[in-house]
Amino acid sequence: MNKKVQKNFWLIIGLVFLSLIINMPKKLTINNRDFYRPNFKYRSLDLKYGLDLAGGASLIFDIDTTKTKKEDIPSALESLKGNIERRVNLFGVSEANIQLSNQMGQNRLIIELPGVEDISQAINLIGKTAQLSFKGEIIIPPEATATATVKDLFSKDTGLNGSHLVRSAVKINPNNGEPEVSLEFSPEGSKLFEAASKEFLNKRLAIFLDDTVVSAPVVNTVITDGNAVISGKFTSQDAKTLAAQLNAGALPLSIKLLQQDQIGATLGKDSIDKGVKAGLIGLLLVSIFMIGNYGYLGFIADIGLIIYGLITLSLYRLIPVTLTFPGIVGFILSVGMAVDSNILIFARMREELRRGKPWNMAMELGFGRAWDSIKDANTCTIITGLILFNPFNWTFLNTSGMVRGFAVTLILGIFIGIFTGVFVTRNLLRVLGRQKS
Amino acid sequence: MNIMKFRPVFFILSGLMIVISLFSIIKWRFQLSVDFIGGTVWEINTDKSKSDIEKIFQKEKIEINSISQTSTNQYVLKFKPISNEDKQKIEPNFKTLRFESLGPSLGKELMRKTIVAIILSSLALLWFIGSKFKDWTFGLGAILANFHDAFILIGSFSLFGHFFGAELDTLFVTALLTTLSSSVHDTVVTFDRMRELKHQNLKIDWVQLANQAVSETIVRSINNSMTIIFMLTSLVVLGGASTRWFAAALLVGCICGTYSSTAVAIPIVLFFKKLQKH
Repeated sequence: MNKKVQKNFWLIIGLVFLSLIINMPKKLTINNRDFYRPNFKYRSLDLKYGLDLAGGASLIFDIDTTKTKKEDIPSALESLKGNIERRVNLFGVSEANIQLSNQMGQNRLIIELPGVEDISQAINLIGKTAQLSFKGEIIIPPEATATATVKDLFSKDTGLNGSHLVRSAVKINPNNGEPEVSLEFSPEGSKLFEAASKEFLNKRLAIFLDDTVVSAPVVNTVITDGNAVISGKFTSQDAKTLAAQLNAGALPLSIKLLQQDQIGATLGKDSIDKGVKAGLIGLLLVSIFMIGNYGYLGFIADIGLIIYGLITLSLYRLIPVTLTFPGIVGFILSVGMAVDSNILIFARMREELRRGKPWNMAMELGFGRAWDSIKDANTCTIITGLILFNPFNWTFLNTSGMVRGFAVTLILGIFIGIFTGVFVTRNLLRVLGRQKS
Repeated sequence: MNIMKFRPVFFILSGLMIVISLFSIIKWRFQLSVDFIGGTVWEINTDKSKSDIEKIFQKEKIEINSISQTSTNQYVLKFKPISNEDKQKIEPNFKTLRFESLGPSLGKELMRKTIVAIILSSLALLWFIGSKFKDWTFGLGAILANFHDAFILIGSFSLFGHFFGAELDTLFVTALLTTLSSSVHDTVVTFDRMRELKHQNLKIDWVQLANQAVSETIVRSINNSMTIIFMLTSLVVLGGASTRWFAAALLVGCICGTYSSTAVAIPIVLFFKKLQKH
């Protein structure tokens, strides 16, 4: 055994060991001794699941840009995205993914909300394009109180509206620890607000979203700096909703719901379980088939296949790849393709053996000759994989997460499959292969 | 092994499959999913009976296009797009497992993108194979075999749709494009062998060359397809309902791809070689 082969062999052992560590559960107990998975500095090593597996909601909105000047569109889109991001955060969704996309001139907003089971509420919060306005309380003559509506009560317009509000957020009052909603106005809004707070000092100033009053706080002091606080007996959820609603009034572009998907977590879990079961049984059949057909060689190929699985899973965790159900199918399909390299090689080896070459030479020739076919055939699959994955986000190609989830595991699978099918099995055979003359 | 003498048989078999596909597509068309035509799919979990569920929707004047039971207490309902207000009214009646709603405009987009992707990947493969083998007939053979597979896959889903209710959706499109790549995979391996044999013996007749190349690679080709077929069959049988047809589409594509690399791609190359000679 020469030096190079020995080096490669240890490299493979090292890789396997590394993959095992990456893939081990967070805590493992063997003989009452606890082993912990080392922490990786840059990111969590947990597998990431897409919405279809983990449950959650995805929403696609059409954005109406027809009323905006062309040169203002990019900044309006960015501010729309920022606004929605704030609202979603206030709604309390962690790891929400908000993207702008442009499909042949039509601007869209894609929102993914992992773990959200009730999207109706989310849609209401996100999609509301209501107009925000601030109106002061008037004194209603006693004879009219019976017929007066809230709108009549607050009918003195202050001229303030959503465009004057920069942002609204939830704060905790440092004195009593209660949640409050803060308002920050633009310079122009500050002046209007100062005038309004003078006029309605010790009276109520109602905040309207379209025709509904969302809050009607009493003005306690004259506010000159454009930073106001609404306090009251808020629960933190109320304060969050109010702040989100106030931000809602400030949408720079109107949006319309185009598509909504909502997947319950139980359904996703069911998919994972079934997918994993199908994958394992398929893998078992492939392994038996390989041993049945190629005997000892097939056994080595099966070891290669296990290493393939370990490395692939490690890369899913490291990159990280967000696993979707089509992604799992892509992985399962690429297992089949990974075995293909070995089948090509072994078929070549057999031919060389039939021609009377000694085993070691036949093996090396098999690997060498099969390499061209492996390379060419897999390049074709990668070409299609890239078109499906659409790395440059070309708008004339698919951008759906499902298709991409499939493409990414397929492409990764092909590269790793070539590595394990050619490099790993070859070196394993060189080291463990029988020395038949 | 003189496989190429069966060329007329292959021709008839492929022709027959194409005719059946064509017939089914014209007569029965497709069961298009909401991905293509827009609408709402609502998967629910409830212990209510089917007629009770129907009554709930009737009360809100929402027309149910179809309702099917997938397992105990689990139903898939389909509608024209449901508004969010209506959904909120009905939602408390049962547990929502999945709710998918989209407008019809996305369907046209999907259709257009699929066609663009097929053309683009065909051109890319034509260019790659053509330049790799320095022979345009090889590229053409591979691409036509590809179209043959794609067409039969589409046709078979028209049949499956008519008899078993299989739908065309985004996943089907993915399966279609994957078939294009895996079909070429086998073809390239056989072509590769033909090129190698040609280098060894420049005077060899093309038909004889094809026979030798096929007989040397067919065992590998079948073995390889078997492994993919194992994986996919286990997915079809054991996988969830949502991706069963996806796996089935890949399976049909895989079987077609194995068949066509020997029975379509090579006969086409031989056909053009014969034309070139005259």
